[in-house]
Amino acid sequence: MKFSTTWLKDHLETDASLEQITDTLNAIGLEVEGVEDPSERLAGFTVAKVLTAEKHPDADKLQVLSVDTGEGEPLQVVCGAPNARAGMKGVLGQPGAVVPANGMELRKAAIRGVESNGMMCSRRELELGEDHDGIIELPDDAPVGYSFADYQGSSPIIDVAITPNRPDCMGVYGIARDLAAAGLGTLKPIAIPGFEASGECPIDIRTDDPDGCPAFYGRVIMGVTNGPSPDWLQQRLKSAGQKPISLLVDLTNYLMLAYGRPAHAYDLAKLSGAVVARRAEPGEQVTVLNDKTYTLDESMVVIADDRQVHDIAGIMGGADSGVSDQTTDVLLEIAYFEPARIGVTGRKLGLASDARTRFERGVDPAFLDKGLELLTGLIVELAGGTASAVSRAGSPPSERKVVAFDPALTAKLGGVEVAENEQRRILESLDFEVANDWQVTCPLRRHDIEGPADLVEEVVRIHGLDQVESVALPRAEGVARPTATPNQMLERKLRRAAAGSGLNEAITWSFISEDEAERFGGGDWTLANPISEDMKVMRPSLLPGLLSAVQRSFDRGLASARVFEIGRRYLREDEKPALAAVLAGEATPRSWQTGKARGFDAYDAKAVCLTLLEAAGAPVDRLQVMGEAGEAYHPGQSATLRLGPKNRLASFGVLHPALLKSYGIEGPVAALEIELEAIPHKKDGKGPVSFARPGFAPPPLQSVTRDFAFLVPEDVSAGDMVRAVKGADKTDIVAARVFDVFTGEGVPGGQKSLAFEVTLQPQDKSYTDAQLKAISEKVIAAAAKLGAELRG
Amino acid sequence: MTDLTSRKDAALAAIAAAPSLDALDEQRVAALGKKGWVSLELKTLGAMSADERKQAAPAIQAVRSDIAEAIDARRAVLEAAALEARLASETIDLTLPAPEKPKGSIHPVSQVMDELAEIFADLGFAVAEGPEIEDDWHNFTALNMDETHPARAMHDTFYFPEEDGAEHRMLLRTHTSPVQIRSMKKQGAPIRIIAPGRVYRSDSDATHTPMFHQVEGLVIDRDIHLGHLKWTLETFFKAFFEREDIVLRLRPSYFPFTEPSVEVDVGYSNEGDRRVVGGHGDDEGYDWMELGGSGMVNARVIEMVGLDPAEWQGFAFGLGIDRIAMLKYGMNDLRAFFDGDPRWLEHYGFSPFDQPTLSGGVGARA
Repeated sequence: MKFSTTWLKDHLETDASLEQITDTLNAIGLEVEGVEDPSERLAGFTVAKVLTAEKHPDADKLQVLSVDTGEGEPLQVVCGAPNARAGMKGVLGQPGAVVPANGMELRKAAIRGVESNGMMCSRRELELGEDHDGIIELPDDAPVGYSFADYQGSSPIIDVAITPNRPDCMGVYGIARDLAAAGLGTLKPIAIPGFEASGECPIDIRTDDPDGCPAFYGRVIMGVTNGPSPDWLQQRLKSAGQKPISLLVDLTNYLMLAYGRPAHAYDLAKLSGAVVARRAEPGEQVTVLNDKTYTLDESMVVIADDRQVHDIAGIMGGADSGVSDQTTDVLLEIAYFEPARIGVTGRKLGLASDARTRFERGVDPAFLDKGLELLTGLIVELAGGTASAVSRAGSPPSERKVVAFDPALTAKLGGVEVAENEQRRILESLDFEVANDWQVTCPLRRHDIEGPADLVEEVVRIHGLDQVESVALPRAEGVARPTATPNQMLERKLRRAAAGSGLNEAITWSFISEDEAERFGGGDWTLANPISEDMKVMRPSLLPGLLSAVQRSFDRGLASARVFEIGRRYLREDEKPALAAVLAGEATPRSWQTGKARGFDAYDAKAVCLTLLEAAGAPVDRLQVMGEAGEAYHPGQSATLRLGPKNRLASFGVLHPALLKSYGIEGPVAALEIELEAIPHKKDGKGPVSFARPGFAPPPLQSVTRDFAFLVPEDVSAGDMVRAVKGADKTDIVAARVFDVFTGEGVPGGQKSLAFEVTLQPQDKSYTDAQLKAISEKVIAAAAKLGAELRG
Repeated sequence: MTDLTSRKDAALAAIAAAPSLDALDEQRVAALGKKGWVSLELKTLGAMSADERKQAAPAIQAVRSDIAEAIDARRAVLEAAALEARLASETIDLTLPAPEKPKGSIHPVSQVMDELAEIFADLGFAVAEGPEIEDDWHNFTALNMDETHPARAMHDTFYFPEEDGAEHRMLLRTHTSPVQIRSMKKQGAPIRIIAPGRVYRSDSDATHTPMFHQVEGLVIDRDIHLGHLKWTLETFFKAFFEREDIVLRLRPSYFPFTEPSVEVDVGYSNEGDRRVVGGHGDDEGYDWMELGGSGMVNARVIEMVGLDPAEWQGFAFGLGIDRIAMLKYGMNDLRAFFDGDPRWLEHYGFSPFDQPTLSGGVGARA
């Protein structure tokens, strides 16, 4: 909300400086968002008197003026305004001044051969109005040489953010009241111009919906003259960022901006029969002042006459019955609408207005009569006419909330000691009534006060939050206890292990496009109001976000990208924590040592997968490599890692070329995904945590390695062979490692050659030849069960 | 001079002059080989009588050991020379690049979350979590924002068409505050938690992204007041920015779920185009910057989670993680946080070894 300090001082008697005012506003919870000083824009423009006006020798429409600037010799100024004449006073812009309307800096110049030392300005040039027919004419008593900004009283404009709980401060008067309570001055009484009401209100006013519109007051003023508003009113509205329209409209806006009280003026000539607050008929339509037509439903309150709807209650008036320059008789409406209903209606219609903002937060129920008197008085004073008596339908809420307050609560909750009489003073200055027993009766306009804590807030914010001293939280004895849960520890370890493996952690959007989600089996959650089609479906996988990042990286010319993310997959039943990584581009660049660049393959992904799972504490030696990595992957170059057929910990492999194509990425690209919840973690038992590990001493005897090369049917996997070989003798064989895979010359079709290095560890005594031979035979026999035969 | 002596001298001279290991070996064979002259001399001892042998043997054996020693010595010299020559031929250009190992990195948001966990653990706070797809009861109603509350409309909420079993509208949480509700319901009071995580608002421009990160703080106990809130935030910021000159300014504000509600500003100054936290915002050259919202948990919220507000009270706060990360580590573009550009991640990310610790200071030095 914006207002000028001049306006503020209409309501607040104060000597405070601008800085004091803004500091206090901030301190009491009316946050200053900005301060604008219009006089800065008018710097260099002064009041000047035209001494003489002669015709320009070479131009019919120009005159050469001699202008008294208040100091020194008169200046010669060329001017094209028809109203420029000797003896008048106006506004002179001297060289160096910047014209607000176009940002041009004035310079000394020759106009058609005659020197001009400045410019006499129109209202439009100074952005004071639309008037450009001539230069500004100032009254005879305007002081020559005086700064024009000071002369016209353009004062700094303060922009404050009013929180939704304080509709009572959505008017300058309310802000003045708060400032007065904070000791910044004295609140001035509301001055209502006197007028005589005569005769009953000629229009029947009713509320047929006492829930939605508990009170509807109105009166008619006959014989008004609408037209432009006086300067003081225009200036105030402009300082609030409102465009002056006409006196009648401006005065209703003034009531709203100065007192937080929306009201409406109808052109009586356009009404027919009784004016009624009622629910809209389903499907009923109305065109309102923004020139849009809205279709209403039965939950919405409207103001209507016999023929049609004239107002969406509390939100916006109808286009048909608004006042115009021709209006002579008006019906003033001042009503109280149920706040929640206004909010619901506004949201349903998607219609925002200054009136709605105030009504849905709650206007002052005690300000109907006074507001109407004030509005009437101002209209009669400025637009003339004769006011009728007030017609009142219904009554606004009048029961004031009483809160049992304990002043000790201020220290208990607010952490600051405030003397009881000061607490009482603060509350009373905000119009709370404080009984001797601290029963506090709240003003009706303070809809936000629910209980004692709200009164603490009132006391503390006026007393000053800066008075609250820091107090240390009580601290448990000793060193702080660990707090991280096993899942949090798991994430931390995975994250740092992944970064340690050379991957960059990325954070990508939780939402992706529908198409992307489809490629990963479809998303379970689709936003009703997405910000764009690209951010519509909650991701079922972390890969799409990473692939988009990879695509962008490649578009930017990067040769490789290794990125991972730890985050949630959003499934119907739950949000599943997951890790995904994408390895794209060059695994190793071309090099003087290794020759050509090497792209990533499925084994790179497997290696990362195992490194991470091991870091996470998964039993990697018991993991089984199985199929069904999913449609995102190359069907022949992907796998899953499982502990038992149903417990899938990870998927990895090369991504499907069709998927990569949809991202415009040149493959191959390797990827992996880990399900964090599938990783088993040890549960802490009761009692102290045990840190001790099982006992171990490295075996003293030298280990022995033996190589075996087998011819194996092509469809037997290396993993099965390793398991068979290792299982051949569980005490002596401590490791079996594939070191060669070969097909081709010397290997019959349908077979492959697999070579193993088997490590044997003697326990008590070194092996004898006979023992070694026996173990070898067991290995060969175990391999034979899978159809493998030892190569000769 | 005996014949033996002169032959020995000749052999020693030849050994010393042997130009190569092969030439040396020829000398060895000629002298000490099976048919070498020294070996033959030794054989003559066999035919001698014991006395003769006693006389002749020492001289011959001395010759043999002198020659053997000379050969060893010469061999050592020749081998050293050979090694030196070989090594000289093996010189490589060590300015050539070694194999490169890719450097991984931790995202600044994760790093800062770890820092938060570390600092707040010292103050007795655990890290709590909650769903991002929430229902409107937890996100709004339980936080004292009923359906018609104007503050609800100000949240720019992403909604789902779904309603859950209790006919609550499903949505993306607009703040981390629903974790307060879930944590209090689950674990009651007293409680000290922080809840970092993703939150969502349907807002997107240069400084706003539809997804961002917040951390919620919550303390509920018997005698907690605004002074404790102020201390906690001051203490946190001092630890987080590792400087003692942090000055906070509390301003009254409004959040439906706190009463009184307090906006927290911190003093800062500009160094170049970078904001540096520290100093008093009212001092010359300094200003205030909004850091987050906070306040005493509204009694209605405490009731809503089934606690007795006559017994329990406390504070809550919310801070933007991305924002404090930017302030601390100097990024200026929020959108880049979620772009996944490896170059940005390498530049602004952290080494896996930068695990925040209290003893080392939680921040990672530039």
